Amino acid sequence: MVVQLPEPITHLPREKPLPRWRPLTRWQQFSCLKGICPKKKTHLVWDEVSGQWQWRWGYQCTRDDTKESLIEVPSNAYPLEDQFTKRIKAKKEQMAKNKLNRLCNSARVHKMQLPSVAGLHPIGNQSKEELGRAMQVAKVSTASVECFQKCLSKEKAPWGSGKKRKFQPLLGDFVAEKKNQLELLHVMNSKKPQLDVMQATNKQMREDDQKEAAKRRKMRQKGKRKGGQQGLGNKRKGGPPNQGGKRKGGQPSQGGKGKWGLGGKINSRLRGFGDKRKGGQHPGRKRRK
Amino acid sequence: MWPLTEEEMRVMFEKIAKYIGENLQLLVDRPDGTYCFRLHNDRVYYVSEKIMKLAANISGDKLVSLGTCFGKFTKTHKFQLHVTALDYLAPYAKYKVWIKPGAEQSFLYGNHVLKSGLGRITENTSQYQGVVVYSMADVPLGFGVAAKSTQDCRK
Repeated sequence: MVVQLPEPITHLPREKPLPRWRPLTRWQQFSCLKGICPKKKTHLVWDEVSGQWQWRWGYQCTRDDTKESLIEVPSNAYPLEDQFTKRIKAKKEQMAKNKLNRLCNSARVHKMQLPSVAGLHPIGNQSKEELGRAMQVAKVSTASVECFQKCLSKEKAPWGSGKKRKFQPLLGDFVAEKKNQLELLHVMNSKKPQLDVMQATNKQMREDDQKEAAKRRKMRQKGKRKGGQQGLGNKRKGGPPNQGGKRKGGQPSQGGKGKWGLGGKINSRLRGFGDKRKGGQHPGRKRRK
Repeated sequence: MWPLTEEEMRVMFEKIAKYIGENLQLLVDRPDGTYCFRLHNDRVYYVSEKIMKLAANISGDKLVSLGTCFGKFTKTHKFQLHVTALDYLAPYAKYKVWIKPGAEQSFLYGNHVLKSGLGRITENTSQYQGVVVYSMADVPLGFGVAAKSTQDCRK
């Protein structure tokens, strides 16, 4: 007796785990109640215009009306309205609406609140930011003709409220702009200390060096005269450092007195003793390093 | 293209003031025309009002540059001065450094100016002071920061 056994079937194990159960969305709940079954739609749709099969949804789908290069202006529309941007805007709004619905669904599922709504329907402990936002919304809603809710003394607007970035107009008032800039500069300059300690110290050290150099020169001169030679006079090369003919702004000339400052203030307009120094000033000479 | 906000203006002025000090007022308030600073693609341009009005007619993504580029704001909102600002820094510079002819090429190719290459330096330059670098023929070459004060340079 021969028995024909069925063909052996090898059941392969699941490659991926079973999909997790997801709670129904609002629409799905409604359709279950009403008994509405989703109609199966084909992914591909025959497009007469291009003579090709195209996707019904998704990338490069037929429904995308923003990609058209020629749009007729309807008779009831405002003639100067841009139809292209209108379509693009409508698409963006639809996408935003879909996204909001998705977020609402997932917030309902996870029993959380959307950030924009958080704080307005309090369920439990609210964070400082949530309370701040709720307060902001309440203020806006209670605001009416000149009756605005007053802020408490230390109250601050919650982080994130207000315009993102405020720009001045491009071709605004040039005079006002210039005035603002000059004021800003004035404020900046007034904040700088009048007596710059580093510069004052350096100046002091410089003057001490110059005094010593002058002394050395005198000693040398005396020594050489005693030895019978004529003084080299002004042709010295390795001489004292040049004070520099150009002294702009900055420090007042103090002469060889070696005093520090004129009390607290040093103003840049003083031209004191230094320019009339005797001997040793060679305006055009190169500075020794 | 936008005018600068208060914050950005302050940051930029602080940077430029390191090199030209109070003379910055002369850039803002010019007798020979209204010049303004405009921000475009994170870069700050110093442009006369007339040219700016013309540039306003060009769409933002097609506009490459206008006037003189002074520098740019980095992603962390720090201001970097560019060498294109040299034309405006050089005449108003407070502290100058002249370098010897031999060190010119080296500086122009990006190296630091060493003591051996230093020809002259303005008196009372403090350490870390912004300086403008000139060649011996008084041609402005660039700008930088003095690593040593004049005092230290003499030692």
